[in-house]
Amino acid sequence: MLTEKEIAKIDLEVSHLPYKGAACIEALKIVQQERGWISDESIHLIAEYLEISAEEVDSVATFYNLIFRKPVGRHVILICDSISCWVVGYENILTALKNRLKINYGETTEDDRFTLLPIPCLGTCDRAPAMMIDNDLHRDLTEEKLDDILNQYQ
Amino acid sequence: MMRTDGAPLSIQEYEQQGGYQGLRKAFQFNPEEITQMVKDAELQGRGGAGFSTGTKWSFVPMGKSAPETKYLIVNGDEMEPGTFKDRLLLEGNPHQMLEGIIISAYAIQASEAVIFLRWAYKMSANRLARAISEAEQAGYIGKNILNSGFNIKVSIHTSVGRYMCGEETGLLSALEGKRSLPRAKPPFPQISGLFGKPSIVNNVETLCCVPHIMDKGPNWFKGLSNGDGGGTKLYGASGNVRNPGIYELPLGTPLNELIEVHAGGMIDGYQFRAALPGGASTDFLTTEHLEVKMDFKSVSACGSRLGTGTIIVLDDRTCPVGFVHNLEHFFAQESCGWCTPCREGLPWVEKILKSIEDGEGQQEDLGVLQEHTVGLGPGMTFCALAPGAMAPLKSALKYFKTDFEAHIQQKRCTYKNN
Ligand SMILES: Cc1cc2nc3c(=O)[nH]c(=O)nc-3n(C[C@H](O)[C@H](O)[C@H](O)COP(=O)(O)O)c2cc1C
Ligand code: SF4
Ligand code: FES
Repeated sequence: MLTEKEIAKIDLEVSHLPYKGAACIEALKIVQQERGWISDESIHLIAEYLEISAEEVDSVATFYNLIFRKPVGRHVILICDSISCWVVGYENILTALKNRLKINYGETTEDDRFTLLPIPCLGTCDRAPAMMIDNDLHRDLTEEKLDDILNQYQ
Repeated sequence: MMRTDGAPLSIQEYEQQGGYQGLRKAFQFNPEEITQMVKDAELQGRGGAGFSTGTKWSFVPMGKSAPETKYLIVNGDEMEPGTFKDRLLLEGNPHQMLEGIIISAYAIQASEAVIFLRWAYKMSANRLARAISEAEQAGYIGKNILNSGFNIKVSIHTSVGRYMCGEETGLLSALEGKRSLPRAKPPFPQISGLFGKPSIVNNVETLCCVPHIMDKGPNWFKGLSNGDGGGTKLYGASGNVRNPGIYELPLGTPLNELIEVHAGGMIDGYQFRAALPGGASTDFLTTEHLEVKMDFKSVSACGSRLGTGTIIVLDDRTCPVGFVHNLEHFFAQESCGWCTPCREGLPWVEKILKSIEDGEGQQEDLGVLQEHTVGLGPGMTFCALAPGAMAPLKSALKYFKTDFEAHIQQKRCTYKNN
């Protein structure tokens, strides 16, 4: 079941729109914010509530990079793998991260603390390499800085 | 207009520096006159295509017979790799863009404005939300603004990440809650856009120019430029330059001035080899183009595009094959899959580039890459993503052919020591 809080938020979005189905992406965002990721059950709940097919909701959910269809850890690390970060050597940072966390892209640490994912250009190319953890942007990354940064997220 | 400490200008600070004067002036004109002024100012869209903003607005149905709801949509998706100019405008001076939105909405008589922001721009979203409520309290947004009889509602929509959201019809699909697939044109969005209503999509930087055109006049704006088209431009540089960043300069500032003076030249030990002038989907310019004026027309004359004007520098120690591979990985991943040549061609291109980079390339691969630059070129696919993806590849095959060949002959990346 969708929670009252989720329903209230979705209703608010629907109120700005000409028809319910147009709130599909917003509903996915809302449910993901509450539950961390989008399960098959969530897909069905959203579809039923917005009166559209589950296939449609699923096709939208899988299309976008930032809707997670698999469970993620408490914190999501999104490391920029685009060109300006590549030129200044983001790959070294990525290797260091993978070694420290002992995970690859798409994986979650055993303690459920971090999930590691690549992301296209974060729009901060003058301060590359860059990554986001949850809602925070970290830039001018060096291997030396990583421990301090990771320690902020428990 | 920015603070040096990186904090956003508050509404008071913005007003003290002449903010919202352009809006006051705008209401002394009728909407068609404003569109004409923007045309006369020779404002060209800053989202990458450089199309005349006033001309675009003039296609919107006006007058009593026009649909009641029209939309002004702000494209703040900024997902073009290597591009970071709109972030600066959104974070540094949100009111400037809001003023631009209100004037532009008045010019096309839109009653709703939607700001489409990419997900990663959290700080922009927070600062904009605050600026919107400040502007509502000050009476710049809402009903009967400054007693003009004009009403406008402004909302923010954050993306969930996909390059195609930046393409204007893909953006409309995303705003309707769907996958961001592009739409056939015609009908053009100006006639039938968001929810079938007339809609204008403009880039953040484009809209930020509008208050200044209103406040100081079209001729003043036109005179700011040093090349074709009016105004200043936010240029940027990233890569191994000394002072990477964003610089506001006259449109038409030469490439070498940008690199040598504003970006501070190359970091010691690196030499300039080439640059993408305006994001991942533009063709390389090389040392032979250093004199080019960075305006839309002049850069096109060199076989490239000004694009977003944020240059990405390729230096002599960075492998051009690896560079292009990184770009094509992005494009292959972001293809929406609608048309076969793009859906199947881009992953293939990516794979070939990877094998060349890994020392497993064959001589025939170069021919296959070349064929793709034609098969996915302009006019061959439904939207501009595929031709954009081919721009850096095609120009790399032209300018860095010897590098590609050396990789194939020596069976290794010639930029890595081993
Ligand atoms: C694949 C693709 C991605 C695009 N991404 C953006 C973008 O992130 N921001 C933007 O302003 N324009 C982007 N554009 C250009 C828009 O389609 C459109 O031309 C622009 O928003 C119009 O605004 P302007 O006339 O003010 O430049 C993109 C185009 C394509 C083909
Ligand atoms: S060119 Fe590529 S991105 Fe554009 S519509 Fe076709 S498949 Fe989609
Ligand atoms: S390329 Fe990494 S932030 Fe732009």
